[in-house]
Amino acid sequence: MYKLLLCWRYLRTRWIALASIVSVTLGVATMIVVNSVMAGFSYEMQTRIHGILSDLVFESHSLSGFQDPQWHMDEIRRAAGSDIVGMTPTVAVPAMLNFQVRGQWVTRQIMFIGIDEASHAHVSDFGRYLQHPGNRTQLSFGLREGGYDTVDSQSDTTLPTRPALEGAGWPHRRMRVERERVWREKLDADRQATHAATPVPTDSTRSVDQQVDAVLAATSADAPAAATVAATPATDPAATGKPADPFRQARPEEVTRMDPAQEQFTGIVPGIGLASFRDTSGIDRFLVLPGDDVKITFPTSGTPPKAVSDTFTVVDFYESKMSEYDSNFVFVPIADLQRMRGMIEPQTGIASVNSIQIKLREGADLNQVRDRLRKVFPADLYAVSTWRDKQGPLLAAVDMEMSVLNILLFLIIAVAGFGILAIFFMIVVEKTRDIGILKSLGASAGGIGSIFLGYGLFLGMVGAGAGLALGLAIAWNINRIRVAVEWLTGEQVFDPSIYYFYRIPSIIDPFTVAWIIVGAVGIAVASSVLPALRAARLHPVEALRHD
Amino acid sequence: MTDAAPPLLRVRSLRKQYRSGDTTLEVLRGVDFDLAAGEFVSVVGQSGSGKSTLLHLMGLLDAADAGEIELDGVRVDGLSTAGRDRLRNTAIGMVFQSYHLLPEFDALENVLAPLMVRYGVLEWLRVRGAARAQARGLLDRFGLGGRLHHKPRQLSGGEMQRVAIARALVTQPRVLLADEPTGNLDEATGAGILETLCELNRTDGLSIVLVTHDAAVARQADRIVRLAAGRVEDALPAAQRLAG
Ligand SMILES: Nc1ncnc2c1ncn2[C@@H]1O[C@H](COP(=O)(O)OP(=O)(O)O)[C@@H](O)[C@H]1O
Ligand SMILES: [Mg+2]
Repeated sequence: MYKLLLCWRYLRTRWIALASIVSVTLGVATMIVVNSVMAGFSYEMQTRIHGILSDLVFESHSLSGFQDPQWHMDEIRRAAGSDIVGMTPTVAVPAMLNFQVRGQWVTRQIMFIGIDEASHAHVSDFGRYLQHPGNRTQLSFGLREGGYDTVDSQSDTTLPTRPALEGAGWPHRRMRVERERVWREKLDADRQATHAATPVPTDSTRSVDQQVDAVLAATSADAPAAATVAATPATDPAATGKPADPFRQARPEEVTRMDPAQEQFTGIVPGIGLASFRDTSGIDRFLVLPGDDVKITFPTSGTPPKAVSDTFTVVDFYESKMSEYDSNFVFVPIADLQRMRGMIEPQTGIASVNSIQIKLREGADLNQVRDRLRKVFPADLYAVSTWRDKQGPLLAAVDMEMSVLNILLFLIIAVAGFGILAIFFMIVVEKTRDIGILKSLGASAGGIGSIFLGYGLFLGMVGAGAGLALGLAIAWNINRIRVAVEWLTGEQVFDPSIYYFYRIPSIIDPFTVAWIIVGAVGIAVASSVLPALRAARLHPVEALRHD
Repeated sequence: MTDAAPPLLRVRSLRKQYRSGDTTLEVLRGVDFDLAAGEFVSVVGQSGSGKSTLLHLMGLLDAADAGEIELDGVRVDGLSTAGRDRLRNTAIGMVFQSYHLLPEFDALENVLAPLMVRYGVLEWLRVRGAARAQARGLLDRFGLGGRLHHKPRQLSGGEMQRVAIARALVTQPRVLLADEPTGNLDEATGAGILETLCELNRTDGLSIVLVTHDAAVARQADRIVRLAAGRVEDALPAAQRLAG
């Protein structure tokens, strides 16, 4: 009983000891905050990476891929049947995206990925990352009439940060066509009026003009005027006949039948980062909207590959919030890509693909299934990898970063431990006579030692408890704190455009928190062991003679 | 006093030496000493003659190099640490020259300290009421009924020593060992303390060993034992010693 009472009295009369645990508190708080933010980032990243990549990816090494995906899928199912929930073939090739912004051509390097409209969303979270609610339920590469989200569906804000998507889709496309027509008319009128004096327009402008001419000419020639289009464009017949138009040459028939206000080219879903940027007020500005046409240049599957270009219509945006993917991926229907790349054998009609995305049942051992497939398919032809393998270095780097940080932060607490050690030694020396008195009253060595151990335990618990409260408070309110800090310093602490998150993610893992607390209390107790031992071993007579 | 009764405390050829470096200081060189139940004995001797050392050995605070100590006819010098701790807590009460109260505890808590040492938390909750009543009774008896919640630093020397005596008695020990209890006190206060001890001896039959270097103090006891050159010089009844 005396132990508790003395512990308490020593604590009450020696507030200085509490100073030694401030660093325990700070250490614990920092560890909790850092771990929850890191865990938040890591979780966001992992779910996103996993959402983009299916559980397993089965690929060929060659760009032209392997033939007969159905046979491969059957083989895969035979090797790992019970674990497989879904499979979908994909074709991925490096490509170049071109689109026009105010008359300037913008070029982006992309990964052009052919996916199966019907099944792709079943093997990954692909569907969740689209901007049209309809596409999120079932992806369609057909342009939608409208209804694209102006609010980021993956954030918890209700602010319409994407006002530009309001009119996207067919309305945008029709309006653009109409504007181009009016602009063309005006340009033509100008040109006719000042024909002699006007210098020839630059090449880039001219080529656009010519395309628009071609399209408009086609409309007036073949298609009946749409009810929604205000008027049949009056085009310059001379422009339509210009043989220098490469676009026209590539697909003369298609073009002549095409009414851009009514029809679309092959639909694509580019990553949102390719088409937009976020301004300082957090509003997304779009360079291209659903309904706009873009050009993509990609290699054919022949040897050597030849570059071919085609026009595509943007039908939606893909936003995984991983900027690496969002500024790199462009999705297209796999059948179209196979056709354009010449991946379909003319005689048999069998197409090639270069990878198969595999989804496994919940709880399946990814590595084990991977290894089983690796045994069946020769490694010099096929690569089988889990989504973790694919992002191995990134995930490993995050883990590494987390461990190093944890070690450093734990050292802070260890330093606090030495503070406790020193202060406790002082208290033991100061209390030597009291220890002698207690021993003369019959207190055992263990009892005396436990006063100081209990004291250390108490300090550790108070320190860790305060740290826990502080850490949790910060971790829970991290975004409010961020806002406050940004307001105070006037500088942006967390740039959402880098991560495409609107808020700092933070996940408090009770297990990690428990370990931090146990570690901190453990250090406090451990550093009181030596002073406690010294107190326990004091000789009663010498302690009594001490003054 | 009564030779027939077995002594409460029996010390035989007790030896104790202190070694520091290459010099050895033989403090006790075979001390023989008996204390009968209910007896009040003074141990006198010059400063440095080993009185405190003897008291510490009898109080089981230290271990002798050789010799025997019996308490109630039972050898206690060879006991385990736990056994010695228990005896100190139950059978022996000690009072020191500089009071040795715990500064963090008030008077009542200081008196209760040995009982708190004895009982665990749960037991303590059970016995607390009785223990507090007993401690309060002792403090009342020593005229400290109004000072229960004063810390040692708020008490005078004499008051502190009375608290210390109450603490020594709260366990109802077989013997009270007092090491110069009046040494730090002025004459009048010292006399008061001494009177308290005499009264305890007379009315409660408390066995007391009183160490002092002051002949006037020693005189209060039934018997005086003189310690010199590491041995008991002679043992005479106090009255006889003073006469001779
Ligand atoms: N721990 C020790 N180491 C060495 N010498 C000691 C120690 N304790 C006591 N002494 C010596 O033993 C002698 C007896 O001391 P003590 O019993 O306190 O004498 P008294 O109480 O009669 O004044 C003294 O000379 C003292 O210096
Ligand atoms: Mg002495």
